[in-house]
Formats: sequence, structure tokens, C-alpha cells
Amino acid sequence: MTPALIPSLGPAVPEILLAVAAMALLMVGVFRGNGASNLVGWLSVAALGVAAVLTLGLPGERVLTFSNMFVVDGFARFVKVMVLMSSALAIIMSMNWLDRENINRFEYPLLVLLAALGMAMMVSANDLISLYVGLELQSLSLYVLAAIRRDSAVSTEAGIKYFVLGALASGMLLYGSSLIYGFTGTTNFDALATLFGREGYSASIGLIFGIVFLAAGLAFKVSAVPFHMWTPDVYEGAPTPVTAFFAVAPKIAALALFSRIVLGPFAEMIDQWRQIIVFLAIASMVLGAVAAIVQTNIKRLMAYSSIGHVGYALVGLAAGTEEGVRGLLIYLAIYLAMNVGAFICILAMRRKDGMTEEIRDLAGLAQTRPGMAAALAIFMFSLAGIPPLAGFFGKFYVFVAAVNAGLVGLAVIGVIASVIGAYYYLRIVKIMYFDEPAAEFEAPMSRELGIVVTAAAVFTVLFVLYPSPILDSAAVAAAALVP
Amino acid sequence: MEALLLEYLPILIFLGVAIALSLVFVGAAWLIARQNPDPEKLSAYECGFDAFGDSRRQFDVRFYLVSILFIIFDLEVAFLFPWAVALGDIGIFGFWSMVIFLGILTVGFIYEWKKGALEWE
Amino acid sequence: MIIETLCFYLFAAVTLFSAFMVISSRNPVHSVLFLILAFINSAALFLLLGAEFLAMILIIVYVGAVAVLFLFVVMMLDIDFEEMRRGFLQYLPIGALIGAVLLAELLLVLGTWAVSPEAAEMAAAPTPPVEEVSNTAALGQLLYTHYVYLFQAAGMILLVAMVGAIVLTHRTRKGVKKQNIGEQVRRRRSDAVEIKKVQPGQGI
Repeated sequence: MTPALIPSLGPAVPEILLAVAAMALLMVGVFRGNGASNLVGWLSVAALGVAAVLTLGLPGERVLTFSNMFVVDGFARFVKVMVLMSSALAIIMSMNWLDRENINRFEYPLLVLLAALGMAMMVSANDLISLYVGLELQSLSLYVLAAIRRDSAVSTEAGIKYFVLGALASGMLLYGSSLIYGFTGTTNFDALATLFGREGYSASIGLIFGIVFLAAGLAFKVSAVPFHMWTPDVYEGAPTPVTAFFAVAPKIAALALFSRIVLGPFAEMIDQWRQIIVFLAIASMVLGAVAAIVQTNIKRLMAYSSIGHVGYALVGLAAGTEEGVRGLLIYLAIYLAMNVGAFICILAMRRKDGMTEEIRDLAGLAQTRPGMAAALAIFMFSLAGIPPLAGFFGKFYVFVAAVNAGLVGLAVIGVIASVIGAYYYLRIVKIMYFDEPAAEFEAPMSRELGIVVTAAAVFTVLFVLYPSPILDSAAVAAAALVP
Repeated sequence: MEALLLEYLPILIFLGVAIALSLVFVGAAWLIARQNPDPEKLSAYECGFDAFGDSRRQFDVRFYLVSILFIIFDLEVAFLFPWAVALGDIGIFGFWSMVIFLGILTVGFIYEWKKGALEWE
Repeated sequence: MIIETLCFYLFAAVTLFSAFMVISSRNPVHSVLFLILAFINSAALFLLLGAEFLAMILIIVYVGAVAVLFLFVVMMLDIDFEEMRRGFLQYLPIGALIGAVLLAELLLVLGTWAVSPEAAEMAAAPTPPVEEVSNTAALGQLLYTHYVYLFQAAGMILLVAMVGAIVLTHRTRKGVKKQNIGEQVRRRRSDAVEIKKVQPGQGI
């Protein structure tokens, strides 16, 4: 038997750190009881921060390890930093809020940490099996997080819906992967790329079916239409900090995974893929624009808004070029800031008798809480894509990439959907500034949340002045993915 | 392949005998026994009274927790089987990789012990 | 050879029959029992393919753990089966359509089946002949060395499952009196007996 070569652990140091930190914090938490939740929370944020720093410290060129199942390149590093940062922000957002709602358990930041580990593994996947394993680790943590308020029927229902539909999607993904393996003999992305790149290779119909199932499973995770059905119910039912986490980190990781699959092993079949992605993008943009108009619950509105944003991001992917991926990454970075800010404002919507989630309760916020109203207005304008805020530039880069790749119609539909969708964002601003004030919210925002929301608002406003850090790092990351 | 399947032939014979015997038992009872069902005979016995209510109780979620924990450690054992068989071939590296896996699950075990999930009451 | 073919048809037929009975049986407990039958017959089919380890794991894990879990939940939840079945006819056309689409797909795939010439050279780790190395040993030689990353990731997933199950379902019951035997054994006379000097005619 050939002696096994010990795999080089260097590229995987951030993931190993996250795993060890998760286990250590589990022990800390269980031996100190529920009073230690704040300690565990801040330590998890620290672990995520250290992992992000280590990720940035990894070498820039493409490194493979673990029998070619794990890849670290510029793209993976960029996305991982975004994912780790958003997970850290999700934990910070949750700490005070969970305390007030009496569901403060030390396992909460731990599950976020494990979900972040799953997402990091997903983004670095170079093999269908390691993709699946990372995806399952992330999904399992998210199912538990959705149902974590176990005394509430709404939260439990959200958890069950997410779990059943998510398990079905994972099953479809696995079925597709097994069909691909059956018809090609390998699961490794590089080997698949070499195989498809060979002269005169014609894809058998079984392989096409496998790819379709794989795409269906991934589209579910990304919540693209028509696999979006779970999103509004799960976002509405889950506790608000969990919804904030859902809206940001898993979407970023899943979209990055989608890009890697489309442009990595299946790059030769980009023409067939493009049709699927164009359809997903158009359907998501249109539904996201139209369905949110009638919503009265702000979390449901944010769910439909996130579906729409996934559609815009997919426009960048549909272009299939390096410029398209750069647009996608810029869009995701800006989306992160806008959404984190918006959700922090939603978390502050607390009345004397508990949290409120109705949009009409935001009435007159400009008079009762001018700072919060201003921040929320900035985020709403940015989400609508109004220049000169950052959201406009995200859409701009994505649509320019699509036009340059010849998909002019797609860009036009995107612009129209953006205009239609701006209605509900602007309606919130109108309710805040021009309606009679409703009962005031109690409890001012905690200091750390205030800092984060201010930072997000400043980023959103000033992106136009100093965009080059994001633009340049996104360009480097995109170049790493599309050789 | 033939040799492999030949090793499992006794199980097949056992299966056949078991099915035949069960069919004989049930079939004989069905064919030969006198059957006169009667609502009085079929009702539940409650010291002569009519049944006071449904004897079902509400599902106790402790059973679910026990069986989930069983599944997890069952899977750990399933991973231990091939390792035990192939330990000679995989050497030190294989040994330590299994130790790390067992360590991960031991951390989980300590967690559930301390939380009291192993206490029945 | 003839026995092999006969066995294959027997097990396959029973699997199909029990799979059908899972969805059409009236009593949910019967459904789970038919599911167990389907699992066992699938394990036998795996055995016929030469995957003996997988067949045994199917029985140990699927039947021994997963199906037992199903049975717990089905037996102890008060499922109103009649209520659930009422929507059946309404959804029958959609279900039939999806089934027809999947069947058409299966036939298309089988119709164009051809083993690719590259398949043999693409195999990451060819299976050693089963006479020399048993199935279990062959799996073991690869799993803990070449695929150690997936193995450890599976360990983390199991950890998340453990933490999740306890977070979602563990409740400490209030008002439960438990005995702490160690504490009872550690009791000393000084903790249990107190001597009081009583004045005659006074009482305590």
C-alpha cells in the first residue's frame, strides 16, 4: 500500500482555527453555564476576526491541498473575508437582542461560528464531495438557528420549513453530483475541467441531467426563483438577528460557490449555463421587485428584497466573463454593508410589549428618532439603487458587465425591475418622514451597534468617493477565478 | 464476486427458512382456527367497563433526543469499522486522523453530559 | 448464476412493492414497517453488487437508527391520517406529472448509456479485487488517509447535529426530585442528629 502523504495544512489554517475555536468555546460555554453567553459571543467574534486576518495572510496564488479537494485562491480569500466579517457582525448584532428576548444561549454564537466554518469550506471546495460537506455543515447550523426560539410556533415553523426544503434541495444536489460522477468518473473540479476541455467531448444526456439537478440544488440555497419559496416564511419566522445573518452570509457564500462551479469545471458549457442563469436572474429580479410591494411585515419585505438582489448578482454571473465576476463581487460587498445596516435598524424596532415587525410602526420615525431614520433612509435609497449611494454602483458594474458580454436585454430588464422595486424602498422612507408618528420605540441602540450602523452608513454614502479598495481587490479575486 | 456471494449463501437459506416458517405459522392460524369476531370480544379490556378514554399520551421529546444521540454515536462506530480492519495499512497518519475524529465527538459527548441530556429525568 | 438472477428479481420486486406500500398504506406505522422492509431489500441488492460493507451499514444505520427514529415519531405523534389524505386527489395530477417527467428522464438516460473509454483512467482509486482485499479494508485504506478532510468534516457535522439536537429539544424539568447517592452516603451523624438539652417541664 502506498504510504499516505501528510497533506499540507497551511492553506486550511483559518478553517482549522475556526473548528478548534468552536470546540474550545463549546467547552467554555458548557462549563460556565448560560451566563457565559456574552463571553462566548465576544470570543467567537475574536476567533472570526483572527481567521479573517489569517485568510488575508495566505499567499495569493492558487494552492491545492487535501488530495486536491481544497483550493485557496484570490477569489476564495476575498469571499471568505466577507463571509467571516458578516458572521462576526451577525454575532455582535445578536448579543444584546437575545438577552432582551430571553433566548440568550451560549450555543447561538457557536452555531454561527460553525456555520461560518461550513461556508469557508464551501467556498474553498474543489471537489463535488467537499462542496456538499461544506454546504451541509453550513445548512445544518442554519436550520438549528432558524428554530432556536423554540417556544415560539412561528420560529419552529420556520425551522421545519427550512429544514425539510433544504434537505430536499441537498438531496437533489447530491443526486446531480452522483449523476455527474457516474457519467464522468470523477468528482474533482480540475479533472472535470480537463475532461470537458478535451477535443470533441460531447456531454451525454445523463451528464446534462446531473448538471441541472446540481444547479437546482444550488439555486435553492441561493434562493433564486423558482426555488425561493422558503425564503419569505423562514425570514419572517426566524428571530431577527438570525434573519440578518441569513440575508447576508449564506447568500454570499452560495453565490460564490455558484460562480466557482459555473466558471470552473463547467466552463466549457458556459453557453448552456448562461441560459439557465439568465432565466434565474430575470425571474428573481422580477419577483423581488413585484412581490415586495404588498408586504406589510418588514422582515418579509427584506426577504423579497434579498431575492431581488440575488437576481441582480446573477446578472453579473450570467455574463460569464472576468468583468462579470468582478461585478458580482463588488455587488456582494456593497450588499453586505447595506443589509447589515438595514437589519441593525430593524433590530431596534422594539416597543414596550416586545418587538414589532410592521412597516406602519416606522411611521414618523424622523421625528422620534432622527438618527435611526436617517440611517435607514440611506440604506433604503442604496438598496433601491439610487445614485450616488453605493447600491447604485453595485448594479452599475453588474449591468455594464452584462452589456459588454452581449446580454443587453438582460441589463434592460434589470434596470426596469430596479425602477419598479424602488417603490417599496421609497415607500418606507416616505412613511418614516411624512407620516404621523406612531408610538415611540424604546431602548436606544447599544453602543457597538451604533458604531456598526454608522460605519455601514458612511461606507454606503462615501463609496462613490473612494471605491478603489473594493474595486481593485474584487478585480484581483475575479482574475483568480477566470484564468 | 462469486466467492463473496457464496459466503452469504447461509444467510439466504436462513431467510428462506424464516419466511417459510412464518408463513406456516400465520397461515395455519388463518386457515384452521375458528374466527368469529364480535365487537365485545375485540374491545379493549378495562375491568369490564367501557374504555374511559384514549390510552395515548403526549409524545415525550426525551425519546427523540435519546435516539438522535444514538444515531450520532452509531455513525461514529460505523466509521470505526473500516479503520479497525485497515489499521495495519494506514499507519500512524491514519491512526491520528481517527483520534482527531474521536476527539471531535468526545467534545460533543462532554457537552451533552454536562448539559444533562443523558439524564433521563 | 441462476440463483443470483432469481435473488435479484426477488429482492427488487419486494423493494418496489414495499416502496409503493409506504406511500399507500393507511396506517402510518405500517408505512414505516414497509420502509424498513424496503431498506433491508436494498441492502440485499447492495450485497449482490459486491458492496458488502455498504449493505451492512445500511442495515445498522438506516434500519437500526433512522427507521427507529421514524417509528418513535410516528407512534407517539397523534397523526390524523384521514385529514392528511384528504388532499390526495387534489394533488394527484401534479404528482403524476412529476413522476412522469422523472420516468422520462430515467428512460432517456438509460437509452443513451455507454461506458466512456476515459472512465477507467479517471478513477481516482481503482477498487482492488475483492478476493485479495475485502470491501471494508479497501474503504478503510482510503478513507482515513486520502479523504481525511472529508472524514474530519463529517465529524464536525456530527458535532453540529449533537449540539443542535440538545439546543432544540433538551428541557430540564422543574420540581423533579432526584437522589444524589453520594451525598446520602456522605451524611455524617453530625449532620443528621442534634442533641438538645431539655429542662424538665419546659419542652423544646
